[in-house]
Amino acid sequence: MKLYEYEAKNIFSQFGISVPRFKVVSTPEEARLAAEEIGGRVVVKAQVLVAGRGKAGGVKLADTPEEAYSYAKQMLGSEIKGERVGKVMITKAVDIERELYLSIIIDRSIGAPVILASPEGGVDIEELARTRPEKILKIVVDPLIGIRDYHARQAAKFLELSEQTLRKAQEATINLYRVFEYYSCELAEINPLALTPDGGLEAVDAKIILDDNALYKYPEFSSDFTRDLSYYEAEAKKMNFSYVELDGNIGILCNGAGLTMATMDSVYVLGGRPANFLDIGGGARADLVERAVTLLLQHPKTEVIFINILGGITRCDEVANGIVGALKKTGVSKKIVVRLKGTNEEEGRKILEENKIYVIEEMDEAAGKAVELGGRR
Amino acid sequence: MTVLVNSETRVVVQGITGREGSFHTRAMLSYGTKILAGVTPGKGGATVEGVPVYDNVMEAVRKHPELNTSIIFVPSRFASDAVYEAIDAGLDLIVVITEGIPVHETMKFVRYAKINGVTIIGPNCPGVISPGESKVGIMPGHVFSKGRVGIVSRSGTLTYEIAYAMTKAGIGQSTCIGIGGDPVPGTSFIDALEMFREDDGTDAVVLIGEIGGDMEERAARYIVEQGYEKPVVAYVAGRTAPPGKRMGHAGAIISMGVGDAASKIKVLREVGVEVAELPSQIPSLLMKVLKK
Repeated sequence: MKLYEYEAKNIFSQFGISVPRFKVVSTPEEARLAAEEIGGRVVVKAQVLVAGRGKAGGVKLADTPEEAYSYAKQMLGSEIKGERVGKVMITKAVDIERELYLSIIIDRSIGAPVILASPEGGVDIEELARTRPEKILKIVVDPLIGIRDYHARQAAKFLELSEQTLRKAQEATINLYRVFEYYSCELAEINPLALTPDGGLEAVDAKIILDDNALYKYPEFSSDFTRDLSYYEAEAKKMNFSYVELDGNIGILCNGAGLTMATMDSVYVLGGRPANFLDIGGGARADLVERAVTLLLQHPKTEVIFINILGGITRCDEVANGIVGALKKTGVSKKIVVRLKGTNEEEGRKILEENKIYVIEEMDEAAGKAVELGGRR
Repeated sequence: MTVLVNSETRVVVQGITGREGSFHTRAMLSYGTKILAGVTPGKGGATVEGVPVYDNVMEAVRKHPELNTSIIFVPSRFASDAVYEAIDAGLDLIVVITEGIPVHETMKFVRYAKINGVTIIGPNCPGVISPGESKVGIMPGHVFSKGRVGIVSRSGTLTYEIAYAMTKAGIGQSTCIGIGGDPVPGTSFIDALEMFREDDGTDAVVLIGEIGGDMEERAARYIVEQGYEKPVVAYVAGRTAPPGKRMGHAGAIISMGVGDAASKIKVLREVGVEVAELPSQIPSLLMKVLKK
């Protein structure tokens, strides 16, 4: 789960990372007051989770409280890349001598935390990795040992700083790692970390991504776990399904993530357009299947529903009852292709056939049928 | 021959009294897996499906010194603890079925296992099966058949789908390793390829990958750099997955420009790995490479 900039900055300052003074507001009037209180030039920043808000008009420099008011008015309630702006941050504009980069991420290849540092921050790190990889230092940390001072010294040295600032950079590195560890982060990033003319370091932007599997440890965030999801994604998540919106017309419902992906890929390879990815996981009972099918029946862009079940711990009769239940309760009729294989396959098939839903035994044939019904791209 | 599990495998089930644990204990026993003990803290003295239950792994190992493998069904909040316990009890192989373990915890126990020379399969995996010998996992045993092709996979049901297609085509399996769908697995594709390389009961390997991370790319590099002798065929799931979205598995996400299916398929093909467009094509690709 992504945190908003203000949430990440609150955490940073609790952990001793210097952050320019800020306030978070949800009305233009509050924005004006905040700008007056902070004094001088301020930056008005839309609090959204999508990347690239700056280019989309979500970051503005305001010379006066009146300007802050009018920028806040523009941003609040507007949409940035499809995400509604509910809050803006008013923050002190910092004099920046140079922009640096500092982050801690999990490197999946080595299964360990990695410190990334660059003297050339402010740009997208992926972009920097492509164009000037020699400007990024990567330090692997043993997850059992955690960060040591020498790691921090190494990172700080790479940032090309004066003697006076070096210590601050070491502290920032260690504190960022403490944030990363304390909040079980997938990513804790400061970009840019601003070097100010007086030799200070300020986290001008802040990004934290929490591990969804660890959310239960942080009740202050876990209640808001659907924050960056669409309506259907959120509904599915509440039922413990995995759901992802795609742009086609053939709904895909399977048990198991790999099979669901392979099913949507097969539909695509055979010429169709998947509308979504819906993985009901293993062992789903009829009532859960019913809710999953209902979700797709109600989904406006889904014209055909392709259900592909390979039953191990999932029983085909439970799946069949769920499908029939959903059709009866919603009264919605859509074209449905079902492939059932595995545990209690015969019982499942019988239940469906009694309800005039025909079952196809092989996955390719079923995918082909779904494409035929949904139309080729 | 097989890898990881065989008729010598002696299993302790951690979390045996839970719904999943007891269900799969029954299924594994009926497959012929030798389960000697179960562990659930506070339930020592009970039995599940005739298997004696102990309060901790140490005690189980003392009573059954032949134990060499653990399978863990413990809920995610307590699973790390169960893994450390199994490592410290001196078991050789630990299969972690549990889904939803925080990745910070996994990084640590995977590292601890490595230091102690213990193999971890998973987390968030279906387990390992050597058809006809032993099943230490949750897969439906009947879709597999004994043979000479190894499977290593990041997924569960997709593995069953492909194993089923192979079995139907008369191609049996030596061992199928489900390494799991998490971002930091205890055993990687390369680890599994190394195991199959040394196994004289395996003639070819099926690699079932998916989006997220660069494990497929690293496997491809390994194959070419090491001059891997056995043919490898592959399937990579998720070519229609949008970037930045987690596709069911914690590890199945294209992030920071890394992990899309197209580039994985490309890299695998460049090193001579045959990559199937559809899961059903795996058997014919295998026939082709095995004939050579």
